Amino acid sequence: MTRADYTVPGLTGALLALLAVHPFLPGWALNTIGLSLAVGLVVLGMLVLKRAGLVSFGQGLYFGLGGYGAAMAGVFLGVTDFFLLCLFGVLAAGLVAFVLGFLLSRYRGIFFAMLSLAFSMILYGLLVNSAALGSTDGFGVAPPTYLGYDTGGGSRLGFLLYGLTCLLSFGCAVAVHRYLASTMGYIGEGIRENEVRVEYLGTSVRRAIHVKYVMAAALAGLGGVLTVLFIGHVTPDDTVYWTRSGEFVFVTILSGTGNVAAPFLGAILFELIRTYALQYAPNFWQMLLGSTLLLVILFLPGGLWSVGRLIRGRRHGGA
Amino acid sequence: MLTLTAILVDGVVYASWLFVVAIGLTLIYGVMNILNIAHGSLYALGAYAAAWAVGEYFAAGYPPFGSFAVLLLAAIAVGLLFGLVIERGVLKWMYGRDEIVIVLVTYAVFLILEDVMKLVWGVESYMPYQPRYLLGNVDIGGLPFVVYDLALVGLAVVVGGAVWFGINRTRPGKLLHAVIFDREIARAMGINVTRVFTVTFVIGAVLGALGGAFTAPLISVVPGIGVEVIVLAFAVVVTGGLGSIEGAAVGALIVGLGRATAVHLLPQVELFVVFGVMTLVLALRPQGLFGRTVVRKI
Repeated sequence: MTRADYTVPGLTGALLALLAVHPFLPGWALNTIGLSLAVGLVVLGMLVLKRAGLVSFGQGLYFGLGGYGAAMAGVFLGVTDFFLLCLFGVLAAGLVAFVLGFLLSRYRGIFFAMLSLAFSMILYGLLVNSAALGSTDGFGVAPPTYLGYDTGGGSRLGFLLYGLTCLLSFGCAVAVHRYLASTMGYIGEGIRENEVRVEYLGTSVRRAIHVKYVMAAALAGLGGVLTVLFIGHVTPDDTVYWTRSGEFVFVTILSGTGNVAAPFLGAILFELIRTYALQYAPNFWQMLLGSTLLLVILFLPGGLWSVGRLIRGRRHGGA
Repeated sequence: MLTLTAILVDGVVYASWLFVVAIGLTLIYGVMNILNIAHGSLYALGAYAAAWAVGEYFAAGYPPFGSFAVLLLAAIAVGLLFGLVIERGVLKWMYGRDEIVIVLVTYAVFLILEDVMKLVWGVESYMPYQPRYLLGNVDIGGLPFVVYDLALVGLAVVVGGAVWFGINRTRPGKLLHAVIFDREIARAMGINVTRVFTVTFVIGAVLGALGGAFTAPLISVVPGIGVEVIVLAFAVVVTGGLGSIEGAAVGALIVGLGRATAVHLLPQVELFVVFGVMTLVLALRPQGLFGRTVVRKI
């Protein structure tokens, strides 16, 4: 056995801390945390793919499907319940991923990356051209109700949305942690190392990747629903456009795949930097992302999560 | 009949444009095994440089037909500069890493260059339409076409022919073949693989910028034009087979004619045609029409 696994106790502690600080934090901080957790969910899905050696450049597709799925259910079907909206978003993303997965699970590396980008651009083109959905302006989303309880359309930053976002993120993180420690989870690493051998061991690589792809899409869909509910508005540029997918790739590489907590830490750091960068230097934002990405790839291939290990290794004098 | 003529001419013109834009991408992949996402930035840089230079050229009142030389020179200057900077400054440190890691690296370069363009040229649009109007219109089968658009077909033939000749009929081309076939043996035989890589990348970069420069008179040059192009170019190159020049030509023709057909007969599906064709080809022949199959290593 290697070191003891403190992931679940650590996540539980983080959840309790996040719930406890709610009354003391100003609105912008709650908003930032909520949006970060939503991004963290998307990146959590990309972590599952990255463990299998796959990087998707078009995860905005599922983020957008989740967001639009929930928003359209709200506007056209009159659904306002938070849990139903989440269900709609996740189903929209999951179903599309299930269909596209038959094609994409055949591809690896650059093909997988570029095909996912291509599909996200098709959805973007569709949304921009659909006047009924407000084209590039998108449309507004009413505040949700919770199992019949109506918050009265007050602040979006009340305890319910924030708390449920924390809770859902916690649940997903623990579930993915369990999954990664299971046989199917380890098969991902096998696929990354050598997929022909995995086939010889008697597993279908394609089916394994298909499952991981749908998982990642469902998580991205949930992230999309939560983001839309926090912002109260959905537009194609904020959800499906390639810049959004690029940010997810960025956070994935920045966080590293060491632990399921890494995506959330990376996402919080990312949202904090973004808040300031967009305010003070809007035209340097992508340059900042690109440069940081290069530096991380060169000097910190394991991402932020490997910093702790690097420091520990140095202290013990080991490699 | 009119529709058929329109489809054929539009399709071939669009295919030529796709080919010029995509050939640099397939060349770099074929030799270096790098999918260069920054190719989209080089296209945009070429477009910006050409748009700016043509604007200055006409503002200064020089003879109008010289503007074609300006387009060409702008593309070469930008391609040389940024090709060298990207290859020597960034990619050099990444050789030997995973294919997907190098894609991420070129993606990072792409992000950086997006902002560099905004800093240099601002965010307003440029419309260097003058060269396109210079050549006037021509009648084909009763339909008027812009001569500049038809000249793109000539440009594609010249560019494609030059690259094909360079690879298949010259001494450096033979060296290139050796490097493509086996990098390490080529190095052992005394070929300077590092220099071959640099030269290939710079040529690919110039080709990308050239595509952008000659597209500039057709469009309004605004931030973000690079993304669509890299995805389109990728679709074309993959349809034909990554790394194959002939493949890029055939891929461009199929995609170009397919899109023109859709635009004239069923405009709603235009968006899907490019990727529909790509998906169909990949489903039947995963390595593309002209691609080589790679033996999987156990």
